Amino acid sequence: MTLRMTLAASAASLCYASVAMAGPQAEVLHWWTSGGEARAVAVLQEEFAARGGTWTDMPVAGGGGDAAMTALRARVLSGNAPTAVQLKGPAIQEWYEEGVLADISAVAEAEGWEDILPASIAGHMQCEGVWCAAPVNVHRVDWVWANKAILEANDIAMPTTWEEFNAAAEKLQAAGITPLAHGGQAWQDATVFETVVLGLGGPDFFRAALIDLDTDALTSDTMKAVFDQMRVMRGFVDSNFSGRDWNLATAMVMNGEAAFQIMGDWAKGEFLAAGKVPGEDFLCASTPGDGYLYNVDSFAMFTVSGDDNIAGQQLLAELIVGENFQKVFNLNKGSIPVRSDLALDDFDSCAILSANEMTATSEAGSLLPSYAHGMALRGAQAGAITDVVTAHFNSDMSSEEAVQMLVDAVANSL
Amino acid sequence: MQWLERHVPKLVLAPSFIAILIFVYGFIGWTAWVSFTRSRLLPNYDIVGTIQYQRLFASPRWEVALNNLFVFGVLFIGISMILGLLLAIFLDQKIRAEGALRTIYLYPMALSLIVTGTAWKWMLNPGLGIEAMVRGWGFENFRFDWITDPKMAIYTIVIAGVWQASGFVMALFLAGLRSVDGEIIKAAQVDGIPTHRIYTAIIIPSMAPIFLSAFIVLAHLAIKSFDLVIALTGGGPGYATDLPATYMYAMAFSRGDIGQAAASAMVMMMIVFAIVVPYLYSELRSKHD
Repeated sequence: MTLRMTLAASAASLCYASVAMAGPQAEVLHWWTSGGEARAVAVLQEEFAARGGTWTDMPVAGGGGDAAMTALRARVLSGNAPTAVQLKGPAIQEWYEEGVLADISAVAEAEGWEDILPASIAGHMQCEGVWCAAPVNVHRVDWVWANKAILEANDIAMPTTWEEFNAAAEKLQAAGITPLAHGGQAWQDATVFETVVLGLGGPDFFRAALIDLDTDALTSDTMKAVFDQMRVMRGFVDSNFSGRDWNLATAMVMNGEAAFQIMGDWAKGEFLAAGKVPGEDFLCASTPGDGYLYNVDSFAMFTVSGDDNIAGQQLLAELIVGENFQKVFNLNKGSIPVRSDLALDDFDSCAILSANEMTATSEAGSLLPSYAHGMALRGAQAGAITDVVTAHFNSDMSSEEAVQMLVDAVANSL
Repeated sequence: MQWLERHVPKLVLAPSFIAILIFVYGFIGWTAWVSFTRSRLLPNYDIVGTIQYQRLFASPRWEVALNNLFVFGVLFIGISMILGLLLAIFLDQKIRAEGALRTIYLYPMALSLIVTGTAWKWMLNPGLGIEAMVRGWGFENFRFDWITDPKMAIYTIVIAGVWQASGFVMALFLAGLRSVDGEIIKAAQVDGIPTHRIYTAIIIPSMAPIFLSAFIVLAHLAIKSFDLVIALTGGGPGYATDLPATYMYAMAFSRGDIGQAAASAMVMMMIVFAIVVPYLYSELRSKHD
């Protein structure tokens, strides 16, 4: 009797196991391992499991994704790619050219991605006309964050032009406050640089210089003016800035040691985590000038075999762009949903501003990919530009020299 | 049975020989091949010539990295040797508590370079470390902000590197000093030769092989220095403290430019060869004498 029951039970569990094996399968490679990000991924895992799928998590932390890319390279070379991989920008197309990405157009068409995603962001998700990746969120990069109390005490309004910014900074400096909280890491220098390029040159110039790598734009007087402005801003940072992490710079604004920080909206997460309220304790505004620089995280879908794996991949793609995940994930991460048809009631005022401007700039054609965050250019080209930007910012190089170095570096990286 | 006896040594050595053949020399060959291709994200194997080397030597960042290697290598090796020798000579004076002092000086070598780099990063930070402390004592104009100055930052790496390695060099030299025949020294003392002459004319010249070993150890430490730079400055400010190893890492793992990384790795290997081959040559030749 007992033996029979045990047998029945094990047969049942075997059945159950084989049913689970037949369901959608997905192995997901990502590097969202810290706090809010990990919680956000857990939401996706639960949804995936609720729809009968089996999720194999493959988190590879470290190096801002460098470690994950090394793992991915090894997996792809051994012919055993994960189902979906956290990838973004032109890296998606680069992997497509290696011939390892899958076509998920069926899901994209069924879900109507074409209509709900801004056109320029949709472009990143397509490889030679077919959908090959699913977008997760939109981070805006060209933000300036400010300590409200400091600005009020010194009678300064949020700057709307770079002249106003410089004037405000000089005033703050005279009052003994560090105007710009900045961390001297190459990517942070590049972040400030691209907002200045957008602000001084405008969207068309940004596109010509940092997306098309047009030599005339790179050597133009506008570019020299950009480097001049970078030199001016070098004077607005404190003397300890070298190597400082971005969140420590954010803390300087929070604690009233510095007035402004130029950084993407992940900085907002730091403010919110410290219990600060947008509009009351800190202010957010786009950096001076028109346009919108986005940094979109996404999952690229790799070629897998087997019906269960393909089903898992399609379910994953559907859920990632689905309304529930878009909302919960972005509330946790501090970014905004990539779909423009979601109600934003639970989001804070900075996120709503970001979403409204995304829609507006998308129509005006000034919704642009961030070069500093790997959205506009391939790794080698973006890295070559960043080398020049950071070398100029951290030395006494003249703007003419910097422009010449920029052209040489870009030519050498192609 | 006889066959087995004759071949056992070969059989025992074969696995490690094959492993080294594949994993060291095989991969060196692979890297050399890739350095002649246009490989980006993934390696491809279509040889296109020396384009990666042309790009490498046109890159201002590589130039900075090579210059830094030269500055760092010369100063790191030079200062570590001089300091290590002096410490060894002082410890050799039959002082009390020599064992304890020796351990204290040798201890930095037990730390990983990441720890050394992080600790020195805080000490050298002008707002937290030495500068802030001396200013706190009342010297308001004291400045020691090398780590934020692109022209001086490479010297901060030398400071941390020397701190780490000179104790080890000291131990090497101390062993060398002790191995000199005591009879010769006593004979010199009987002849009334002053102590400093005993060291410069007798002991140090007889330690030439130790100098060579210390040099080789320090030279390869300098060339493959990577973690110290990453922890101390992250290659910054800008890329002012980049070394060939950090350049190679950036190209291979951050930028998806594997061909360029392979070319820089090959150049690094040639630098190592330039140092090691004469050493091996002299070693092997002296055995035949």
